[in-house]
Amino acid sequence: MSADQQRILARAAREVISGQIVNLGIGLPTQLFHYLPDEMEVLVHSENGVLGCRPRHADEAPDWDLIDSGGAYIATRPGASVFDSAMSFAMIRRSRVDVTFMGAFEVDELGNLANWKIPGKFSPGIGGAMELAQKVRRLVILCSHNDKHGNPKILERCRLPLTAERCVSRIVTDKAVMDVTPQGLAVVDIAEGLSVAELREATEAELIVDERRLGRF
Amino acid sequence: MTLLNQKHRPLEEAVAAIPHGASIMVGGFGSPGTPFALIDELLAQGQGDLTLIKNDANEPGIGVGKLIAAGRVRRLITSHIGLNRDAIAAMNRGELEVELFPQGLLAEKIRSAGAGHHAFITDIGQGTEIAAKRREIELDGRTWGIEPALYADFALVHAERADRYGNLIYRATASNFNPLMAMAADTVIAQAYRVDEPGSLPPETIHTPCAFVSQVVEVARETSDQGRRAHVG
Repeated sequence: MSADQQRILARAAREVISGQIVNLGIGLPTQLFHYLPDEMEVLVHSENGVLGCRPRHADEAPDWDLIDSGGAYIATRPGASVFDSAMSFAMIRRSRVDVTFMGAFEVDELGNLANWKIPGKFSPGIGGAMELAQKVRRLVILCSHNDKHGNPKILERCRLPLTAERCVSRIVTDKAVMDVTPQGLAVVDIAEGLSVAELREATEAELIVDERRLGRF
Repeated sequence: MTLLNQKHRPLEEAVAAIPHGASIMVGGFGSPGTPFALIDELLAQGQGDLTLIKNDANEPGIGVGKLIAAGRVRRLITSHIGLNRDAIAAMNRGELEVELFPQGLLAEKIRSAGAGHHAFITDIGQGTEIAAKRREIELDGRTWGIEPALYADFALVHAERADRYGNLIYRATASNFNPLMAMAADTVIAQAYRVDEPGSLPPETIHTPCAFVSQVVEVARETSDQGRRAHVG
């Protein structure tokens, strides 16, 4: 894992409080598991039908009937339950999951999210992302601030097909933490060593910055 | 419906009821809950031109991945096929017709059919391309999408335990789509690691009551596919 990804995860872990029900999307968000200390009473929901999963310890044999939605063989913690897919998505649609973390291809200043399809290039299907994005109370996006070519991923308007409209609460990237507000994207924290001008340069969306209140991470 | 005392059948005989061109729901999310023995028997018997309904396409060389690779599947109704590069390639070559639904909608479409409803209304996907192809309805001052129920001729499901009347118990995340599909298809073929006498499973532990199950077959716990995964996160 890169230093930027570790910075994103360490910052994202501060978004979870003990007692919450949390869903971790495939990819980088799944790694957040390792940033949630055991003493935190957090139940991780996985949409294939488990509430209260955790990574296996190194010496734990896999249970072939127990995976998370990313296909990893996992284990459960005290307080866990297992259920079918209809129950799992009822939990999501009824907003009984407190916070979900997801990756993104694009996010925009309205809080629109695109993370499932690149027409002509990538269309394996949406999985559970649409219901999660639309219905979980708080959606935190974890992604690189720019794509591998340096293009901004934080946009004025998404260009790719949307996962859900106006669904994002907060965005955590390697460069900044931003909240979606009625006025636009408000910068909460900025990465150590980065200037506001550099952040604006790397971002397509307009950013609202109050330098007196800006945190560092 | 099959009589209670005639449901416990040999594997070959149960699968032989499936004709060419059938629509078949297949349980499982990834490997857990996938009825590998039933799928392998279907592959051996040679039925083709199938419509499969499954959450995913398993992985290359595993489960329904074998049916797709053998050209037996005309159409796949699914949620995500990202772990099966062969299925993606077949889709891109136009050899496999793929219809993609958000996972919760797919589950609910199947659940609705199983619950005896013909459709449900939902706000999931409103404002996205998912909503563009469906009918809408105004109710209580809002616009909703109409999602038709999803039926099938057959369902192939995997259970941990069963009795010979067809009562089923699933285990851990091997449940997933199995109990929904077991209610939604005309003919439901269940495989289980143990098929016991009625009375051996406590009534309050049954997940799928036998009324929904047509045939039940006992399969060995170890299959070549179980636990085999190309990708382990």
